[in-house]
Amino acid sequence: MTDGPFSMKINRRSVLKAAAAVGVAQVAAPFVISARAADKVKIGLDDPFTGTYAELGKNEKIGCELAVEEINKKGGILGREVELLSEDSTSTNTGTAVQKAHKLIDRDKVDFLLGNVNSAMALATGEVSAQAKVLHIVTGGHTDAVTGTDCHWNVFRVCNTTRMETNSVSQILFNEFGKKWYFITPDYAFGHTLQQGFEASLKKFGGTEAGASLTPLGTTDFSSYLIKAQAANPDVIIFLTAGQDAVNSLKQAVQFGLDKKFHIAGAQQELEVLEGLPENARIGTWVFEWYWNQPNVPHVKEFVAAIRKKNNGKVPTARHWFGYVSTWTCALIANQEKTLDAVKLAKALEGFTLPPEIALMPDKVAYRAGDHQLMPDLYVGHAVSKGAVPEDLFHVDKIVKGTDAALPVSETGCKVTWPA
Amino acid sequence: MNSTLNRQIANALIWALLLTMPYWIGFVGGYTSLASRVVVLALAAMSLNFLLGFTGVLSFGHAAYFGIGAYGVGMTIKYLAPSTPLGILVGMGVAAAAAAIIGTLIVRLRSVYFAMVTIAFGQVFYFIAYRWNAVTGGDDGLSGWRTLPLDFGIGKLDIAGQPLTFYYFVLALFAVAVGIMALLLRSPFGRTLLAIRENERRARFLGIPVEQHIWMSWLISCVFVSLAGTLYALLNNFADPHDLRWDQSGDFVIMAVLGGMRSFWGPLIGAAIFVVLQDYISSQTENWMSFIGLFFVLIVLFFPRGVVGLLRRKAAS
Amino acid sequence: MTQLILFNVFNGLIIGAFYALMALGLSMILNLSGVINFAHGGFLAIGAYLAYSLTPYIGFWGALAVAPILTAIIGLLVERVLIRRLYGRDPLYSLLLTFGLAFMIEDGTRYLWGPETLPFTIPDWLASPLSSDFFFLTGYRVFMVVLVLVTVGALFLVLNRTRLGIRIRAGSDDLETVSVLGVNVRILRNLNFGLGIYLAGLAGVLAAGMLGLQPTIGNELIMPSFVAIIVGGLGSLPGTLLGGLLIGVASGVTAVFFPSASEAVIYVMMGLVLLIRPRGLLGEEGRVL
Repeated sequence: MTDGPFSMKINRRSVLKAAAAVGVAQVAAPFVISARAADKVKIGLDDPFTGTYAELGKNEKIGCELAVEEINKKGGILGREVELLSEDSTSTNTGTAVQKAHKLIDRDKVDFLLGNVNSAMALATGEVSAQAKVLHIVTGGHTDAVTGTDCHWNVFRVCNTTRMETNSVSQILFNEFGKKWYFITPDYAFGHTLQQGFEASLKKFGGTEAGASLTPLGTTDFSSYLIKAQAANPDVIIFLTAGQDAVNSLKQAVQFGLDKKFHIAGAQQELEVLEGLPENARIGTWVFEWYWNQPNVPHVKEFVAAIRKKNNGKVPTARHWFGYVSTWTCALIANQEKTLDAVKLAKALEGFTLPPEIALMPDKVAYRAGDHQLMPDLYVGHAVSKGAVPEDLFHVDKIVKGTDAALPVSETGCKVTWPA
Repeated sequence: MNSTLNRQIANALIWALLLTMPYWIGFVGGYTSLASRVVVLALAAMSLNFLLGFTGVLSFGHAAYFGIGAYGVGMTIKYLAPSTPLGILVGMGVAAAAAAIIGTLIVRLRSVYFAMVTIAFGQVFYFIAYRWNAVTGGDDGLSGWRTLPLDFGIGKLDIAGQPLTFYYFVLALFAVAVGIMALLLRSPFGRTLLAIRENERRARFLGIPVEQHIWMSWLISCVFVSLAGTLYALLNNFADPHDLRWDQSGDFVIMAVLGGMRSFWGPLIGAAIFVVLQDYISSQTENWMSFIGLFFVLIVLFFPRGVVGLLRRKAAS
Repeated sequence: MTQLILFNVFNGLIIGAFYALMALGLSMILNLSGVINFAHGGFLAIGAYLAYSLTPYIGFWGALAVAPILTAIIGLLVERVLIRRLYGRDPLYSLLLTFGLAFMIEDGTRYLWGPETLPFTIPDWLASPLSSDFFFLTGYRVFMVVLVLVTVGALFLVLNRTRLGIRIRAGSDDLETVSVLGVNVRILRNLNFGLGIYLAGLAGVLAAGMLGLQPTIGNELIMPSFVAIIVGGLGSLPGTLLGGLLIGVASGVTAVFFPSASEAVIYVMMGLVLLIRPRGLLGEEGRVL
């Protein structure tokens, strides 16, 4: 009865063996690591280490690791050693990210959850952490909903909202490069809200919108959008693309010679993207969320040196900073409140100011009460094709305070409901 | 040996393991929602196998119907009415309609051609989910809704609050779906499908309307895979475009092959191994994709009949 | 407006030519060996990464010449070790094996070259528009089209004029007869696979000049190539070429009016072709694999 016409007939022995095989496969594997020491304080990082966002996720992880080392050197959390558990959420499969959040929370019993780079995953894992009542710090997912319409009492965010990014740069663009703007906007929530932010600024200043191209996320060929932009003859072409889309669109814009005729600008830009561009495409006015070359800000040099040691000699990017700040936030607030109770910690985090050696920014950096959004400085500047040192690909022209750039809490759409 | 008795023992054993899974999975390093995930994906793989293993038609685009189910339940709860059962029904209904239409277009195709076309049609649905921001949430996924308690009139059952309750909710629907598929396979209709699988030309000579049978099998398979999709969305409280992508379809196929396509319970075993293995390896190393890829290659080269096939051969010898 | 549409038709042809380059390789392998190579996008990435690593030593042109050949050699090895074992088996297994292979290649490139996007530089005169009036004619795009034309021309010459090519074509039609006539089918399939992978590697070098170079570079490009094959018709290489160009134009023109449908449109087109002419535009009657 190997392959009978009707193969539901399985004999008993084979089923028993199958069951045994499944069981053995599970037990034999070094699964026993679930017996992790119970006296450690655990921080779980659920971030992409494979796929498109792998680089960003790995950089955040390095930042987290550095923070954990420092925290342990300084006595840990509540006198207990801190352990970082990281899980690959993948770049695109939100189901996996949710599963990993469950794994960290249900099985490993983490005290804090960090992540994610991907906005969808930040939203989805926020649901999980809220339900399980675990303090959750979103490291690098930018969609507004995280601290807006889908905000939760336990979810805080380190990276900026789209409106903060547009508001910080729009004045400079308008004053220095012209009043007629054209948008290259990736067609998803992140791109839409960025464009709305710029449009609001344009209206305020009295400029005109020359047009906009909505480019599907993951577009490989940007030529038909670039040609429309060229035909509209604006003063500034604003690229709102991020990640791989940013690399592709800028690379092609330069091949079309658009940088020779118009000013190229945008909102969020990352060192990872500039490093992935050929030299001639490292152009434009942008916003960085953190930058490593801040000679006048104390503690930054030490941080840069420490990351270089862990990162094959490369300088930290904003992503390292996100991971670092998120992890330190957990330790600082728990040690201040002398508890691991998520509700108490979340309440204490409202309005909590980061000390300068963690903030690594010239101004005061604090979590805003009401929507739980961190209010950091934003670095407005321009890309440099070749720096004095190879990694110095950005020149900061102006630093804008987050509190000056953000929408008031009442306009974010966030209404935090605390557990009874 | 009395094969009916054997079958009953096998069934009893599998059900016993499934019923107690949340209580033993913790001892082997799992967690309750991993158990739910195993059962949900097992349902998807078994549904696919209805077509693949018992009708002999290879679909590489089942994720589309899985995803339609997921979005169906999410969008119903978010936009239409706050009811989980209604959401499940809508998800399955929409998937059934889509599968019925696509099915008529492709039933004449066979083999690789059929596989490629199912992939490509699946991608249409993927792009709809991925691009239609206003309705599906696009890349951010469909959020802002959650699994709602079941209202039985006399009382409510909160399936979302406790992972354990949710597991038994999933298992109950799994049991119904699997039961229906088993009955169908035992019916004359099911026997006809096997006849088509074994020799399509002969079946045709016997006057069997082959295309209609394949269409029916395709539809049944898609409807049950969409049920799995609705449960998957309820498990995650989320629907995202990746649920519809072709690599998700690939996962279903490998689960079926790994467990054994020619056996009714094979895909369940395959899903369990695949889900647990992936969960485990991806925690151990960032290079888990290489291991999973290698695993695919090894299965194809050395265990094409899957776990159940292997065990049967051993048992026979 | 007409200008815009005309431009996009032209532009679509450029992109279509690129899809065709990938699709031709896939199609050759499918026709002779009955294997759908899911790992084709992975080989494209290998070609791109090899070109990146070779450029500092032998320049862009050297890399353009050498990287696809190295990719093809890797392809030949993979065929010998893995793909060969699948011939004659249910196509299900080749789908699964190459699916796993694609995983391994993506992870392997990430392991070797890192997850970050690498800056691939092309010669300056290619990276600028040819004239300011026709600024959309960038040097690189014209170069791509010329290269694809030359390659496809050479490919068809090889297939129609050389002994190897004629055997490949004959084998694609009727492998059994070719085998009976004393042709070594194993070697034939091996070389054919290598030739297909050569095209993928070449497409990879071209893609790296236009797109960001990272391990997932091939993932977005493989599906349109499948569609090109189905639209053009299984078993017909001119059909594949035509299919590639058609979907390129369709997607380019759609991008003018309704960008968010610019990808979905090619699948809709495929549906229409299947409805009206199930064997594809230039497909042979009754061909089954």
